[in-house]
Order: sequence, then structure tokens, then C-alpha cells
Amino acid sequence: MDKGGRGAMNDFVDAIEFIFSERDSPAGGTRVGGLAELWELTWPHLKLSGVSLAIACAIAIPIGLWLGHRRRGGFFAINASNVGRAVPSLALIAFFVAYVGVGFTNLTLALVLLAIPPVLTNAYVGVTQVDRDTVDAARGMGMTGRQVVRRVELPLALPLIFAGIRTSAVNVVATATIAPLAGVVTLGDPIINVNTYGDEGRLAAAIVVALLAVATEVVLGSAQRAVTPRGLRVNRREAVT
Amino acid sequence: MNTSDHAHTSGPSARSKAATLEFVEATKRYPGQPEPAVNQLSLEVPAGETCVLVGPSGCGKTTAMRMVNRMTSITEGDILLDGRSVRDRSPAELRRGIGYVIQQVGLFPHLTVGDNIATVPRLLGWERERIRARVDELLELVNLDAAETRNRFPAQLSGGQRQRVGVARALAVDPPLMLMDEPFGAIDPINRERLQNEFLRLQREIRKTVVFVTHDIDEAIKMGDRIAIMREGGHLEQYASPAELLMRPANRFVEDFVGADRALKRLALQRVRDVDLWEAPLVRAGEPSSDARAKLASSEVPYPLLIDADGRPLGWLSDRALEGERVGDELRSKADPVIELDDVLRDALSDLLAEEAQYGAVVDERGVACGVLSIELVGHALQEDPEVVPSGADAA
Amino acid sequence: MSALLAQVEIRDRSEDTCVSDNGFCPDWIADNFDRYVDPFFQHVLLTVVAVAIGFGVAFGLAVVAHRRRWLVNPVTQVTGVLYTIPSLAAFFLLLPITGRGFVTATIALVSYSLLIIFRNVLAGLDNVPDETKDAGRGMGLTDRQLLWRVEVPLALPEILAGLRIAATSTVGLATLAFFAGAGGLGEQIFADINFKSNVVVAGGLAVALAALLDAVILLAQRAITPWTRAVAAQ
Repeated sequence: MDKGGRGAMNDFVDAIEFIFSERDSPAGGTRVGGLAELWELTWPHLKLSGVSLAIACAIAIPIGLWLGHRRRGGFFAINASNVGRAVPSLALIAFFVAYVGVGFTNLTLALVLLAIPPVLTNAYVGVTQVDRDTVDAARGMGMTGRQVVRRVELPLALPLIFAGIRTSAVNVVATATIAPLAGVVTLGDPIINVNTYGDEGRLAAAIVVALLAVATEVVLGSAQRAVTPRGLRVNRREAVT
Repeated sequence: MNTSDHAHTSGPSARSKAATLEFVEATKRYPGQPEPAVNQLSLEVPAGETCVLVGPSGCGKTTAMRMVNRMTSITEGDILLDGRSVRDRSPAELRRGIGYVIQQVGLFPHLTVGDNIATVPRLLGWERERIRARVDELLELVNLDAAETRNRFPAQLSGGQRQRVGVARALAVDPPLMLMDEPFGAIDPINRERLQNEFLRLQREIRKTVVFVTHDIDEAIKMGDRIAIMREGGHLEQYASPAELLMRPANRFVEDFVGADRALKRLALQRVRDVDLWEAPLVRAGEPSSDARAKLASSEVPYPLLIDADGRPLGWLSDRALEGERVGDELRSKADPVIELDDVLRDALSDLLAEEAQYGAVVDERGVACGVLSIELVGHALQEDPEVVPSGADAA
Repeated sequence: MSALLAQVEIRDRSEDTCVSDNGFCPDWIADNFDRYVDPFFQHVLLTVVAVAIGFGVAFGLAVVAHRRRWLVNPVTQVTGVLYTIPSLAAFFLLLPITGRGFVTATIALVSYSLLIIFRNVLAGLDNVPDETKDAGRGMGLTDRQLLWRVEVPLALPEILAGLRIAATSTVGLATLAFFAGAGGLGEQIFADINFKSNVVVAGGLAVALAALLDAVILLAQRAITPWTRAVAAQ
């Protein structure tokens, strides 16, 4: 279906139209399209992504911080990302569908597993990269271990942690696109169930998903910049991409 | 300056000629800076001599050196290498004919020692055999075991070893000119002294034209045939031999920079071999004590020096050792400090003082005892006519 | 709106009780293994081609941006956006322009890997010590000689680290390539997403491929950077 430039332009125009106006489903029986419908697809997408990311952070950040603080479990923390990267998101979802079941809760579990590694690795590396002299000074001042983490290591590791959250967020938003396979209707539905929505619907969903992902990245990027103390120079290379 | 053709691998005797270097009102201005970094520098370095650029930080000495190989561009004036402007050739071509040694050495971490040294020869297309022979020759020249060192990586060497490799690398294609920017600055003082002495010995052998930058006036006096003292703003204050500098400083700045202990500094200009050493009463264990006592009587040194079968000093003998028929080996004290003929008097004096010794055994290159140096003798040297004093690397 | 897609079940509802119970069935796997072979090689091809092209482009960009620093920001922004766009969305954004098939999938996969490789190559080059470059220039190396004989070799550990990340990520993304009509192991997963044996084999093969590429590149790095293992002298 390789059209010329003219054809491609038309497709995009149709897709934009889909976003704003309702029409009959090509498969018949229902109405599709329009902002309301798009919101009904986007909201679950955001909810799923947000909840999964939040849980993953709640788990990964404390663990990563503590491991980094104690300088233990480095091999595990650093390779968590390598292993996580090697498991395709589709395989992870499929595994869950086959072994655990479908539905919002199960899918959230899968996405939490997906989101943990980058945050964990970055939290660990972020803490271990804090200048040892700074930590020594803090201890010398009489801070307990927990205080050192909270007042010294965490703030200094924050930029890197945020980089990890960014990566995870983008991954989660992307993977939430195939959530319909597990019974949760998100923006991926028009892509997977193209017969119901039509080609314009599919392209529209692709556009919205792309924009959503870019927006997530931009918002979190600003947040990362906001939490980076001016005195700190961010590392040239971030641990996880 | 066809350096690729000249250097044979048949040893130090077949060397390319050293080049003359001339700064002609060389000036370096940086945009936005009111004062130039180097201000109309003019001086001539005769072939085969070591010219030391010395001064406080900000005086432009490193900038001036880097203008020679155009690592820093020349704003005004010129620099002539063997009469030919350095601007004549492309920078890369120019630099391949100039040895360049910097403080942090800058060895390529990903190459073995041998490959590091072979970098420029490879660029010039030498055959593999020639390169291999040259690498080994150079490693021996800087006192490193070729077989052991050539396949090591820089990370496996100590700081002193790395700098030696740096020097070897700079000499690879036998350049007629060497530029050295605080080459021993990052080395600990003990090894620095050793490296300085070795470089002086090397320079006696191969006689390159060298421009040497340092902030240490003592190093300048030790290493240089001629010294150029510069001050902030890139001005040349005085350009003279070390003796001249110490005896007749051109102005207040030079006087202050050289330091109030000029007289003591003169000791750095003389070597132990220049002094009339006292004869050592050399005694071997098992010798008849009568012989030993005779030697002692005819010497100005109050204690006999025990030597081994090869003639190397073991220590100063106590009186008890001479009591029996044959000489025993009971020592009054060890042979420290052991002073080499090539040491400068200043270092020898400080060694004596460090060991709280009046006398030190002097050995030659093979380690064989050949005399005794005392603090008294050093005192005499201090009073000698400075005109007679030979300069840095010339001491033969 | 329907949730689950009506999928073509690949299980043969025959006598095999293991299959009908939806367990993990080694027998079934052994019998049906050849259905995974072609997709596997499609997957390999997709990954290798995409990573190779991505590496070529990103490496080239990094080498140029290394000298012309003003390029770093724009390139980072552009490749960053490409990286952020989910590949599934990318497949369908490209659909009107390049149609279905291998080309579309490859373009999307290449776009994803650009940022990772670009950033790592640049970082590797930037981390070459200044004095090493100074010594190199002082010896008469031209800029090009300095780049290829000194800077790139010294940057190899970071470059290859980026390549590893790109390769393993691309294997993962290539599982979605069948949406663009390019086949791959994802097609098999999708064919019967409920059947445990199928999911485990197809997914397992993908993970194995990623691990294999990771190991191969790691070994290659060890082989061509022997100096990183040289132990410092006392």
C-alpha cells in the first residue's frame, strides 16, 4: 500500500480528522472517532502507565538507594537493566497473559516489572557516583546511615534517578500500547483492532501515542532539570538509556 | 631535514645533526587580552645545546615552546629552525621532525610501549625490522629492559618508567630538536633527580638541541647550557649561561628569581668528578692489618673503607676490625651515603648532610670505590673562581 | 469495544492432553519447532540490519559532531525524539509513506537506536584524556590520524557498550515488527498468546537472541581492547 506523497498526506489528514470527529465504524455497529472516544482510550493509557510507574518507583528507588549506600548487590543492580532490556515487552505481556491472566491488575504487575530495572540501576549508580569525600564528611558530622542517604546521597543522586524514571516512563507508555492484548483497552486498541476503527483510526492512535510519549519525556526532562542542583554538573553519560 | 633517511640503527654514533633554533621577535597575542603572552622573544639556541626557559607561572615559557612546533600559532615574528621558518611546512610535517615531551607524558594507553615508540616511524613508513630494532635501541638508551618493557601497556608502568618511554618515543625518528615541557614535574623528587641525571648523560651522548621548560630554577641551572629567564607578560629578562646568571644577574627580578642562595646554587654547577677527591683507604676483609693501617696513615680520611671483592664499598671499619692480624669486618657504620662521580656537588652535599656524615664514599659508573668526598672539600669548591666552573651538560 | 482480538489458535486441539490443558508441553514443542525457525532468522536479520545501519549513521554523526560541537545539541534533540516515539506508533506513522514490510520496520528500529549509539560514541570520544591528544598532535599526527589511531580506539569500550545496549533493545522491539508486516518472533507470540508453550518458546528465543548478541559484542570488546585489562604496576 505504498502511495505517493499525495496519498500519504491524505492519510494524515484523515487521521487528524478522526481525532476530532465521530463517524461510523467500518465494521459496523458502533460509532468511533472524536475527542470523547479518544479520551476514553487515553485515560486508561495514562492510568495504567502512571500506576505502574509509581509502584515501580516506590519499589526500585528505596532498594536502589540502599544497595548503593551499602555498596552491595552491585552486580545485581547494574545487570538488572541488561536483563530487563533483553526481555521484549511483547513477550512479557504474553507471558503474563498465558500464565497469570488478563485484566488491569495483572497487566499492571507486568508493567511494574518492566519499569523497575532502569530506575533500580540508575538509583544504584546515582548513589555510588556520589563523591566519597562528601559522604565521609557527612558521616564525620555525625549523621546516621539513614540521614546520609536522605540528606546527602539522595539529593545528589536525584538527577540520575530522574533519568531512570524518564526511561521507564517512556517504556511503560510505549508498552501500554499493546495492553489490549491483555484485556485493557488503551490507545493501542485502534492499532490492534484496526477493523473496528479503520485505517484513519489506527494512524490517529499512532499519532496520539507518539505525542503522549514525547510529552512524557519532555515533562520529566524538565522535572529532571528542575531537581538538578545548579552546582552539580550532570554526568556526560547517563547509566541507562 | 630528512630525518627519515638519516638515523641509522647502528648505534649512537650515526646521528642526524642537531638543528639551530632562533626566535625572531616571536610574539603571541590572545584575542581579548591586553598583554601578549609572549612579547617579542628573540634568542638563539646553537645546535646541540640545551636552552632552558624558566620563570614564574604566566611568564609565557610554555607558550613560547609550543610556538616552535606550532601547537600554539605565532601572532607576530618568526621562529627559524635551521634557518627555515617553522611556518614553511604543514604543522604535522613540522612536528614529525621535532621530539615532544610533556609533563603528563601522554602515552597512548591502548598501545604497548613498543607501539607507542613506533608511532611516528610507522607514520613515515619505515620497514618493520627497522622499527623493531630502533624501538629496542631506544629502550636501552633510556635504561629500560627492552625485552621486558616493549610489550607492556602504559598502565603497567610506574611514573618514572612512563616518562622514560615518553622520551624514547620523542627520539624515535632521531629529530634534530627536542621540546620538553616540565617533563619531570610529575615525578617524585628521588626519581626526578635520577631522570635528570640520566637525561644529562643521554644528552652528552646524542647531543640534540633541546628546549626545556621548567618553573624550577634549580632544575634550570642543572640542566641548561643556556637559561632564558622570563617574567609575566612574556618578557625575556636574561639569556645567559648558568654561571653568568648566578654571578651577574641582569636585574632585580632575575636576582629574586634565582634566589638569595646564589652561592650555594653554584654547587649545582660542579660535579663530584671535578673535585680533587681524597684518596680512600680501601681495605678488604682478610687483608693483613698492617697494610690497612699503613693506608690509613697516608690518607686524610680517619677511617678505612671496607670494600668487597669487586671493589664496591661495604662500610666504614671500626677500630676493632684492625685489632687482629687480619682485617675483620666489624663496621662502625654503613657506607651511606654512596656518591657517584657524576652527581652534582649540591646533591652530594645534601646527601652527606642527610646522613649526618662527614665523609662519603665516591664510586664510578661501575660502582667501584674511587675516592672520598668530605664536607670540607665541598666548602673548598664553594670558594673557587666561578669563571672556571663548567656549565651543565658539558662536564666530561 | 472488544478487548481480546480473535486469534488464530495454533494449537491443534487433538489428543494431546498437555496441549488442551494449556501446560508447558515439550513434546508439542519438539514436534512444532520448525514453525519458529523462519521467524527466528527473520528476527536476526531485522535486528542485525537495523543495528548495523543505526551504528553506521550514529557513529558518523558522532564523529562529525565531535569536531563541530554546535551539532551536538540539534542531533541529540532529533535522535531523542526518534528514540521516544514508541516503535509501534512509528510503524504506523511510516505506513502511509513506506508501506508495510521490512523497510518500514527497519526505519523505525534504526531511529530508535540512533540516540543510544550517538551519545555513547560522543561520550567515548570526549573522555579521551587531553594530554594524550596533545602528545599525539605534538608528534605530528594530523587530525584524521589522531581520530582513527588514538581517539576511536580509546573510545571503543564506551562505543561497544552503546552497541550492546542498542542490540539488545532492538531485539526486544523487533518482536513488534510483525505489526509492520516484517515477521519475526513476535508474530509467533501473537499467533496464540494464550498458549503457554508457544509464548515460552517464542519469547525465550527472543531473550536468547538478545543474550547471544550481548555476549558476542562483549567478547569482541574484550578481544580488541586488551589494554583495558592490563593491571597497573605497583
